[in-house]
Amino acid sequence: MTANDVIFGINGPVVTVKNTRSFSMMEMVYVGAARLVGEIIGINDKLTTVQVYEETTGLKPGDPIYGTGAPMNVLLGPGIIDNIFDGIERPLKAIEKESGCFISRGSAVSPLSLEKEWDVTVKVKTGDVLDSGMIYATCPETAIIEHRFLVPPGVSGRVKSVKPNGKYKLMDAIVVLEDERGEEVPLTLCQKWPIRNARPCRNRLPATVPLITGQRVIDTMFPVSKGGTAAIPGGFGTGKTMTQHQLAKWCDADIIVYVGCGERGNEMSQVLDEFSELIDPKSGRPMTDRTVLIANTSNMPVAAREASIYTGLTLAEYYRDMGYHVAIMADSTSRWAEALREISGRLEEMPAEEGFPAYLPSRLSEFYERAGRVDTLCGAEGSVTIIGAVSPQGSDFSEPVTQNTKRFTRCFWALDKSLAYARHYPAINWMNSYSEYFTDLDPWFRENLGEDFIRYRNRVTTILHEESALMEIVKLIGSDVLPDDQKLVIETAKAIRVGFLQQNAFHADDTFVPLEKQKLMMKAILHLYAKARTIIAAAIPISQIMELGLFERLAKMKYDIPNSKPEMFDELIADMDRALDTLTA
Amino acid sequence: MILDYVGVKEINGSLIVLDHVDNASFEEMVDIRLDDGTYRHGRIVQIDGDRVVVQVFEGTRSISLDNTRTRLKAHPMELALSPEIMGRVFSGAGRPIDGLGEVYPEKMANVNGTPMNPVSRVYPRNYINTGISTIDTLMTLIRGQKLPIFSGSGMKHNELAVQIVRQAKIADEGGDNKFGIVFAAMGVKNDVADYFRRSFDQSGVLSRVVMFLNLANDPIIERILTPKCALTAAEYLAFECNMHVLVIMTDMTSYAEALREFSSSKGEIPGRKGFPGYLYSDLAALYERAGMIKDSKGSVTQIPILTMPNDDITHPVPDLTGYITEGQIVLDRQLEGSGYYPPVSVLPSLSRLMKDGIGEGYTRADHQPLANQLFASYARVQDARSLASVIGEEELSPVDKKYMEFGKLFEQYFVNQGYHENRTIEQSLDLGWKLLSTLPRAELDRVDDALLDKYYIEDKDSLNFNTFSTDADTGDSSDDDV
Repeated sequence: MTANDVIFGINGPVVTVKNTRSFSMMEMVYVGAARLVGEIIGINDKLTTVQVYEETTGLKPGDPIYGTGAPMNVLLGPGIIDNIFDGIERPLKAIEKESGCFISRGSAVSPLSLEKEWDVTVKVKTGDVLDSGMIYATCPETAIIEHRFLVPPGVSGRVKSVKPNGKYKLMDAIVVLEDERGEEVPLTLCQKWPIRNARPCRNRLPATVPLITGQRVIDTMFPVSKGGTAAIPGGFGTGKTMTQHQLAKWCDADIIVYVGCGERGNEMSQVLDEFSELIDPKSGRPMTDRTVLIANTSNMPVAAREASIYTGLTLAEYYRDMGYHVAIMADSTSRWAEALREISGRLEEMPAEEGFPAYLPSRLSEFYERAGRVDTLCGAEGSVTIIGAVSPQGSDFSEPVTQNTKRFTRCFWALDKSLAYARHYPAINWMNSYSEYFTDLDPWFRENLGEDFIRYRNRVTTILHEESALMEIVKLIGSDVLPDDQKLVIETAKAIRVGFLQQNAFHADDTFVPLEKQKLMMKAILHLYAKARTIIAAAIPISQIMELGLFERLAKMKYDIPNSKPEMFDELIADMDRALDTLTA
Repeated sequence: MILDYVGVKEINGSLIVLDHVDNASFEEMVDIRLDDGTYRHGRIVQIDGDRVVVQVFEGTRSISLDNTRTRLKAHPMELALSPEIMGRVFSGAGRPIDGLGEVYPEKMANVNGTPMNPVSRVYPRNYINTGISTIDTLMTLIRGQKLPIFSGSGMKHNELAVQIVRQAKIADEGGDNKFGIVFAAMGVKNDVADYFRRSFDQSGVLSRVVMFLNLANDPIIERILTPKCALTAAEYLAFECNMHVLVIMTDMTSYAEALREFSSSKGEIPGRKGFPGYLYSDLAALYERAGMIKDSKGSVTQIPILTMPNDDITHPVPDLTGYITEGQIVLDRQLEGSGYYPPVSVLPSLSRLMKDGIGEGYTRADHQPLANQLFASYARVQDARSLASVIGEEELSPVDKKYMEFGKLFEQYFVNQGYHENRTIEQSLDLGWKLLSTLPRAELDRVDDALLDKYYIEDKDSLNFNTFSTDADTGDSSDDDV
C-alpha cells in the first residue's frame, strides 16, 4: 500500500514493477502521481506487469504504484440506467462536467452519484432472515425501471435493524444484518462486484422463450431466445451497427446494455441522440429510461476496451438478478479480441493464429457462457441475451475471431456484402445464417402463433433454397430458358426477398413488425405462390400472371398495410384471388 | 540541473538505446547533438529502469556509439500553435520549413491529443455540398465526418480531393464561420505535394491552408508524427478558433508502412502482413479526431486518401480504415480506364452519416429513397453484365437489356463529370430520376408510389441526356493532372 512499489519499465500501456510481492493477479492498482487506473496481468518473482487503462505518456521509472487489494470491480447501484460509462465504469457525463469535452487522465469521479437521493421502500423487517441475492428494498430508478436492492452474493444473516422508508443516498446503510458469526453487515444502496466473475444464480433455465425483435428475418427465419447468444459478423459497411441499433430499439428486453467497444465516437453520439428522442412504444417513455451505454471508442485506451465487455456484462447480470430480461449488444467483439492481441503482443506472449493469443477461444467462450435465462437467487426469472457483432478482417469469415465466435454462439446472422451493396437491409444472408434455437422455440411459436407459422416459415425457407439452386443455372444461361414453374419459384423468392426479408428501418411502420403481421405476410406470399402454381399447371403462361402486377403488390404490402390493421391481409388475398380468377375464367 | 548523456549504448535502425538515464519519462522529447554541431530530435519510446529507447526522427545515419550528447527536454512532443499558422508550411514533425521563422506560440499542445468524450460530441448533420453527383447523391459528405478515398496508384484521387476542396469551399461561403484546410502529406512524391499547393493557390485558398509535408525521401519517423501534428493543428483551429477545418491526409498507406518499419526495428511481434498488432488502435487515434464538440462552433472533417496496394480492399490498411471511418469513397480502375472522371465505384462506396444529414430540410425529401433505388438498380446492372459476359448481350431478357442500357447511361452521365463541373444537389437528384426513368416503372421497388408519381418520367422521348454535357470542362482539366 505504500509507495515502495515503483515503476521500473514502460512500454505503451504496459508498465512493469520490479521485485515486489505486494500484488495479486488481476488486482486493480493506481499508477503514478496522477493515479491512472491499471490492473495486474502478470507476476513472477522478478517482474510484475501492469496494464494501464489510460495514456501512459509522461510516466517515469520511480513513480509510485498503489494497490487496492481487490480485483477490477464495478459499483452497482441505482443510477446505472440512463447513464453512459467508459470501459471501466467512469461516468462520462460527470467527467465532461469536470474536465470538458476531452477526457483528461486520472479522473477520480465516482461511477454513480453519491449525492442523489433515492426514494427507497424497505421490503424487510427486523428479525427476517435474508440470504444472498434476496431483495431488501426497492426504489424507482427511472420511470419504468424499479431498482431492487439485492443482498450481495456471499452475504446472509438476520436483519438487526431497518431504516424507515424515505430518501437515502447511495452510501447510506438501510438494513443492518447480523451474520452467523454475530458480526454486523450494513447493507447500503450499492455493492461492488469484480467484472471478470459471473454473478451467481440459482439455476439455469432452458431457452424456450424467443427474444422478439420485430425484425422479420430474425424473428421468423433465425430467432434467438431470451438468454441466448447471437453473433452478427460482417465486413465494414454491411450494417452491423445498424442491426444492433435496431435490436436495441425494438427487442422486447426490459433493459438494454449497449457496449460500444472500440467503435466510432460519432456512432455513440448518434445512439445518445436517437435513444433520448425515441419513445419506447411499450412504455411511452424515452428509450434512455431502459438503456445503459458503455462507450469505449476506438481512440480511448486499449486496455479499457478489453475491460468494457466485462463491465457491460456485469451490469447486465446485476439487473438480471433483480428479475429483468436484459439484452447486451457488444459492438464489436473483434475490437475486444484485437485489444487482447495488442496487450498480448506487448507482453511478448507467443502468438497463435493471426497473432491472436492462444487463449482467445477460452476468453470468448467465457464471455458467451455468461448469457442465459436463469432462476435468480431472489426467486424471479431473469435473462441476459448476448448479441455480439464481429468485424472480420478483410471480410473473411475464416479468421479466428469469427470462427471461434461461431463455436460458442447458437445464432449466426451472417451479413453479406453484396446484399449491402444492393442496399438490401438488414443484409442478413439467408443461406449462410443459422439459428440453433428452432427446436427450443418451436413449442412457443406453436402455442402463440399456431402451427401455421412454422409451416409457413419452412415453406419460405424451401423456396429460398430452391431459388438459390436455380440461380446457379440462371447465372449460366439466363432465366428465359427455365420452365414456367421454376420461373414462378424465382418470382416468389424475389417477393420474399424484397417484400419480406428486406425491412426499412426508417419507415414508421416497417421498422418494427409484430409477429402476427410477419405471419400474415408469409401467408399472402405463399397463397399467391400456391394459387399461381395451379394456374401454371393448367398451361397458362406465367407472363400472364406477371402482368397482373400481384408480385409488385406483395413487394409493397409492408408499406401498404399498417401494423395495426391485420384484417387488410384478407382483402389483399381476396383481391389476388379475384385477379387470378380472371385468368382461369 | 540539466544533464547531457554522452554516447549511446546501441543503435538499431532509427532507434538508439541509452543507459544509466535518470528521470526519463515516457514519450519525453530529447535533443541529440552530434559532434559536428548538428542537432537531431527524438522521443523516448520505451523505458526499462535506467535503460531508455529513443526514436530518432531524422534517422541514425552517422551516429556512432560516442559522438552524441543527448539532453532530455522534460516535455512530450508538442506543437506550437497560434492563428498565424494559416498559410504556413511545416515539416512532418511540425517545424516551419517555409523560411518564415518560428511560430510565436499562443499555446503548446501535446500532439497525441486526448480522446474526445463521446458525451461531448455533437452528432454531425450538416451536409457538405461537393458538387459531385456521385458523392452528393449516394455517399453524402457530412461536416465532422471522416470519409476516406480508397484509391490505387495512378488513379485520380488527388484531383478528386482538390475538386472537393474547391467546390466545398464555394458552398461554405454563405456561412459565418471561417473555413480552413489542413493538408498532411506523408511519403508522397514532391510532384504531388506541389500539385496540391498549386491547386490551392489557383482556387484562392492558399492563405487558409496549413501544410505538413513529409515527402517520400523524408525520414519515416517524422512520417509517424505528421498526421498527429496536422490533427493537433486542425483541432486547435476548429475548437479554439471556431473554424470549419477540412483535413486532407495522403497517403495513409505510407503512414502505416512507416509504422511497420518502426515497429519491426523495435522488435515487436508483427500481426497481419507484418503490420504491428496495434495498427487499428493507432489509426483510430488519428481518425477519431474528426468531429464536432458542444463547446465550439468549429468542426474537423477528414478526407484521408490511401492507395490500396495491388487494388486490394482487404489489405490491412484499407480494411482497418474502413472499420474506423464513417464510410468510404472507393475508386475503380476499370472506370478510370474507360475515361470516366471521377472514377467512383458506386457500390462499395458508402457514407454512414448520410442518412441523418439528407432529406427534408437538408437536401430534398426524395433523396434517401432515390439513393436506395439507384444503388439497388446499379447492383442489378452488375448481375446483368455478368450474365451478358456468359451468354452474350443479345440473349438477355428485355428487362436485363434495359438494365445494361441504364448502367451505361449511369456511368456516362451520372458518375462521369467534369473536373470543373459543379452540380447543385437538385441537378444531381433530377439526373438520378431521369436515369431511373429509363427503367420500367415496375422495376423500381425501393420507392413508394407517391414519389414515382411525382418524379418518374413516363414520356421516354423527353429523356435526353445530352443537356448534361460533360465535355465543356474536360479540356482544361488535363493541365492540372499530375
